[in-house]
Amino acid sequence: MIDSVDLELILAVQNGLPLVSRPYAQIAQQLQLTETLVIQRLLALKKRGLIKRLGVIVNHRQLGYQSNAMVVFNIPDTEVTQIGRKISQFDFINLCYRRPRHEDVWPFNLFCMIHGKTQETVLQQLKNLIQACALEAYEHDILFSQRCFKQRGARYKSTPLKS
Amino acid sequence: MLNNLHKQLLNDYQQDFPISPQPFLEIAGKLGVSEDFIIKAFSLLQEQSLISRIGPIIQPNHIGTSSLVAMTIPAEQLESCAEIINQFSEVNHNYERDHAFNLWFVIIASDQNNLTDILSSIEKKTGFATFKFPLLEDYFINLGFQLDLND
Repeated sequence: MIDSVDLELILAVQNGLPLVSRPYAQIAQQLQLTETLVIQRLLALKKRGLIKRLGVIVNHRQLGYQSNAMVVFNIPDTEVTQIGRKISQFDFINLCYRRPRHEDVWPFNLFCMIHGKTQETVLQQLKNLIQACALEAYEHDILFSQRCFKQRGARYKSTPLKS
Repeated sequence: MLNNLHKQLLNDYQQDFPISPQPFLEIAGKLGVSEDFIIKAFSLLQEQSLISRIGPIIQPNHIGTSSLVAMTIPAEQLESCAEIINQFSEVNHNYERDHAFNLWFVIIASDQNNLTDILSSIEKKTGFATFKFPLLEDYFINLGFQLDLND
């Protein structure tokens, strides 16, 4: 799926591009590649979807979005894909994943994130979502974040590649 | 505190930051300012922690194996357990949430065995069980975060 050059490149850019006139040239120099190759590889990784996006990663808490809620639903397996796709269209939804249930302790299989400036905004958005997607019949829960003990971007290491 | 240019930089370049030899010059051209001005503005936003970086978001599970993990920890031990967990370099986010499962974190391990080892090590060091919630299906396409910076 990705070769060792792509992996090295991802490891080199994951902590952020240097804020200099020619950031890709600086990365290229570190990796002993050419600037052109770095640019071509990044464009190809983005086109293939391995890089979902490359850009500014904002710190939402610092920008006034203090309320971060994980909203979870118990949706029948046969409907979860359709509903997941529908939910992810809403612009206040930041992530939307299917994850496993855990017997007796956790019935929910659909997880999404809502970031809002206040808890009230988030609750109102959830109410709108439930109405618009007709989710009233499904069990759900909302888990607001309290303390943040750690928050940083996903950090990959030099690991065996997946075929 | 944020001027219009800062707002544009925060909102308009989450998805499509230029992948070209001089990206800041390209942005500068669009916004009608100098390259140096843009570089300084991004540096300021980064110093103030309003942006964490300009970088890639990688499709999960294409490099290594990741999982969301939840634990139930008594309130008085939560902070010390979170500290133990944060010491693992494979742990990225780690949040307290208002639920019986009160600690939620994300691990990126090299493979499934490595993930299992890390979780058993966390269980041993904290004395509490871990519950894995790996991603099974991703419904989300656009990961940018549309900011309302008007108030």
